[in-house]
Amino acid sequence: MSTTDARMQPQPRALEGLPGAADLLPRFETPIVPQATISGHALVAVIAIMTFLASLTTGAVMLVRAAASEWQADVAREVTIQIRSTVGRDIEADVAQAATIARAAPGIAEVRPYSREETARLLEPWLGSGVALEDLPVPRIIVVRIAAGSAPDLARLRQELGEQVASASLDDHRGFVARMRAMSSAVLAGGIGVLLLVFAATVLSVMFATRAAIATNRPVIEVLHFIGARASFTAGHFQRHFLQLGLKGGLIGGGAAIALFALAELTGGRFAGSAAGDQFAALFGGSSIGALGYLAVLAQVALIALVTAASSRYTVYRTIETIH
Amino acid sequence: MVRFEHVGLRYGLGSEVLHDLTFRIDPHSFQFLTGPSGAGKTSLLRLLFLSLRPTRGLITLFDHDVATLSKDALSTLRRRIGIVFQDFRLLDHMTTYENVALPLRVIGHAEDSYREEVVELLKWVGLGERMWALPPVLSGGEKQRAAIARAVIARPQLLLADEPTGNVDPTLAQRLLRLFVELHKSGTSVVIATHDIALMDQFDARRLVLHEGRLHVYD
Repeated sequence: MSTTDARMQPQPRALEGLPGAADLLPRFETPIVPQATISGHALVAVIAIMTFLASLTTGAVMLVRAAASEWQADVAREVTIQIRSTVGRDIEADVAQAATIARAAPGIAEVRPYSREETARLLEPWLGSGVALEDLPVPRIIVVRIAAGSAPDLARLRQELGEQVASASLDDHRGFVARMRAMSSAVLAGGIGVLLLVFAATVLSVMFATRAAIATNRPVIEVLHFIGARASFTAGHFQRHFLQLGLKGGLIGGGAAIALFALAELTGGRFAGSAAGDQFAALFGGSSIGALGYLAVLAQVALIALVTAASSRYTVYRTIETIH
Repeated sequence: MVRFEHVGLRYGLGSEVLHDLTFRIDPHSFQFLTGPSGAGKTSLLRLLFLSLRPTRGLITLFDHDVATLSKDALSTLRRRIGIVFQDFRLLDHMTTYENVALPLRVIGHAEDSYREEVVELLKWVGLGERMWALPPVLSGGEKQRAAIARAVIARPQLLLADEPTGNVDPTLAQRLLRLFVELHKSGTSVVIATHDIALMDQFDARRLVLHEGRLHVYD
């Protein structure tokens, strides 16, 4: 027998009149707002689904943001010195001198000149193997890695190279970084735009689902109103109930999203070091949304619960207005 | 207690359903409101318990012009009025006990202060064995009695009842009328809207007769 069925039956009254019989008297145990209703379950489902989608979008935007800043940082941490092949100059000596100048500059972590063989390998996809580079004026490059957290004086390094190695030029990838920054900013702006749209859709669907759920409770609101309940009393009870529904739905949806992100992080960690893992990391900068991402999902859950509660309060007040 | 002056009511752009009503309901008075179906009895009751606003005229309730009162003030006034709806309007998710106790809970009374009183009233209206039952399993007569108990539990100064004996047998109707008379004797003004001539003949009281939207008072 269900709880409701049990409550429909008269209670045993054999002890009536005996000491302690007052405990057998009924008590006001039922909440003012009906609890387990179909519209309430539907609202929880809508909130859970929309919170899940909004959380996934938030996580995706966090990943894109992290990847974009990592791409920029990677490119900005590296500069290249190019030594042109000039008639009458020993290119090997120029490479060695340029490398020495670069190593002496403050804030440089690593200087790596590409050897003749490495340069040939770099050109292999275009020129094929077995090409005699000695016959071609192929420039040589030196990759200069900047120490983390330092900002070397690249203008001075460029000037020194120009003065001491006439065939050398310094490329700090400024143009590429600018294009990369513009691209990643555009990707991020697009992601934030999608997030805002998804969040707006979430808020609107939660608001309409809440209104629909309140509409099924109109008889309760009317009765409370006619027996003298203040609007704040009725709205307060509905607000508390719908805050609980909002939190329940939000925690289901947000919890599922958090579980998915945690699983992705765990899986990403297991594949780290493998070729697929490295490719994924190079493209997406990792699979972790970080503590900030998890906090953003939780904040979203709280916000959606508050939207649900506020919508219910507003709708109850509007309903009371229409009773007159 | 209640004063209507040239009150008219229309729904939307339709014609007036109540015309130029002018009457008083005095403290400690008892009256039947009667008239043919469609004469406007329910509309007049709705004006009396402030669920409708008149389209013209003045309604004064407990010395307040209702047109000038705030919503909270109207709620406070409603607490002085008990209402028995024709369709009962019990809350299906609450037990009979909880439905009857609801007005006292709404005004913030502690349950210990009213529990025994509610149980006593339920027994008095013959629902002592149905206190734990939910309205969907109550008969029409039981719902009627629960609705009446809910209307009178807070000892209102004005009791409005819309066909309160429409679903009960004559014996119970007589018993419910006795409850209304007892309430009247204890100081409550009572307005009973009814078609039941036999019921009206059982108690000599003022009659407000509505006919085609106009009110005729027989003191």
